[in-house]
Amino acid sequence: MLCDVCKCNDAAVFLTQILEGKMQKVNLCDACSKEKGVQDPTGFALADLLLGIGAAEEIEKGAPTQKCGVCGFTQADFKKTGRLGCSACYITFSEGLGSLLKAMHKGTEHVGKLPERAYREIELSDRVRTLTENLRKAVAEENYETAASLRDQIKQLGTDVASHS
Amino acid sequence: MKFSNVIATGGEWLRGEGPHHQIVISSRVRLARNLRHRPFPGWAKKLERTQILELIKPRVEELPEMQDSFSEMLQDLSALEKQVLVERHLISREHAAKSVGSAVVMNRRQTLSIMVNEEDHLRMQSIRSGLQLKNAFKLVDKVDSTLEGKLDFAYDSRLGYLTACPTNVGTGMRASAMLHLPGLVLSEMINQVIQAVNKIGLAVRGLYGEGTEAMGNLFQISNQTTLGEKEEEIISRLSKVIETIIEKEHDARQMLIQKKSNTLWDQIGRAYGVLTFAHAMTSKEALNLLSIIKLGVDLGAFPEDRRLPIDELFIDTQPAHLQKSSQQKLNAEERDELRARIIRDRLRVFPKPDISKVARESAGNGSASAPQNNE
Repeated sequence: MLCDVCKCNDAAVFLTQILEGKMQKVNLCDACSKEKGVQDPTGFALADLLLGIGAAEEIEKGAPTQKCGVCGFTQADFKKTGRLGCSACYITFSEGLGSLLKAMHKGTEHVGKLPERAYREIELSDRVRTLTENLRKAVAEENYETAASLRDQIKQLGTDVASHS
Repeated sequence: MKFSNVIATGGEWLRGEGPHHQIVISSRVRLARNLRHRPFPGWAKKLERTQILELIKPRVEELPEMQDSFSEMLQDLSALEKQVLVERHLISREHAAKSVGSAVVMNRRQTLSIMVNEEDHLRMQSIRSGLQLKNAFKLVDKVDSTLEGKLDFAYDSRLGYLTACPTNVGTGMRASAMLHLPGLVLSEMINQVIQAVNKIGLAVRGLYGEGTEAMGNLFQISNQTTLGEKEEEIISRLSKVIETIIEKEHDARQMLIQKKSNTLWDQIGRAYGVLTFAHAMTSKEALNLLSIIKLGVDLGAFPEDRRLPIDELFIDTQPAHLQKSSQQKLNAEERDELRARIIRDRLRVFPKPDISKVARESAGNGSASAPQNNE
């Protein structure tokens, strides 16, 4: 049996993990098991390792030639390391990551803490959405004076958002 | 603060004064954070990593929690010093392998340690004695709230905090406790417990080694997932499971006292004999025997005031600590000899195990944290 990581040496380390009823297996050669830190149980999680193998394939399904516009990271890099290049990679590779995160975590949406700044931004974007809706109505009713004022307010909020991020 | 000061003081968690400290050695909570639109440390070039470090490190050092702190670039620490920090759980093995562009900052009490440019730009960790996950979380949460006002953290309103590895995305939080479970190992129930805990989405692994092979009967239990659950929920779920394991451990010890007492006294007696008279001892043997002596203290076979010297030996007999104390690099054989000598010296003032004390105290008066015997 060949090693799941390098696919050239014979596997010598066989790992099995059962998590929430799902069994995951991975076979490694000596060199790869050392490199992946399998010998160091404090820092090792099978999920991380499987991620490096299975996840890249997931992402490949999305868009094979995609490259992160911010950091230049590609799916091939992800396959190699099992880690992403920068925070913007989550948007670049969102299609492939979606199903991966779903399989890996309890839920698909974050419900915990966010920075204060995030709450201000969410509030702002909610207000922009309401104003845009009102603007649409005002235009439909040919109420151009209101529409102009709404347009200015939206513009102002837009610059606020920009200055925050 | 100098490195020698870090070595000299044991760190608060090592003194073992937290709740359930007999079984729960320590509680740790770490948060992973990154700067927006900056390459993660593993992908950043050396120059970028250094720039990120220069942005983050001063902000960390000026934290009120980091007054009188130890702060060092990784390239300025020797391999041995890094290993000492790993053995104290103040930095990860992965971080110890880093050099230029990474740093560690920790407070004097060693309850808070912040790694800059580990796998993520920031890894903030609080470590406390006993079962104190909530307190550990409170501290890192506060530090995180202070830092978010000064640094532009990467987050997404749907995915939460964005991390280098997708396994940490969301809360970026890993909460864990180190448990000493000799009762469950000796009564061969440990694998059942591990399987049950794994089924509910928590991870258990031997601190050094797996399953029944775990050295020193030390196990680490932690949350596995970080997305879709609030921090407080994760911590309270984990705490409840740990409380159940503590109960199971106490039950297992009672069972051993009642049904397999001779095996138990034999184990304690042998551990005492070997540790007191051996002249060469590997790290593995030392951990396993010290674990049995620690159990002996818990059960009352040794006086309570002998607890701290034993707990300290768990750390002091680790390879890097040995070499640091002897001020020189030692090969494996020399380490085994020195380890045996240190243990002999400390056990010289140790009284022989007194089994009669156990029988009396196990009927219920064992300790404040032990549940009463049902029978």
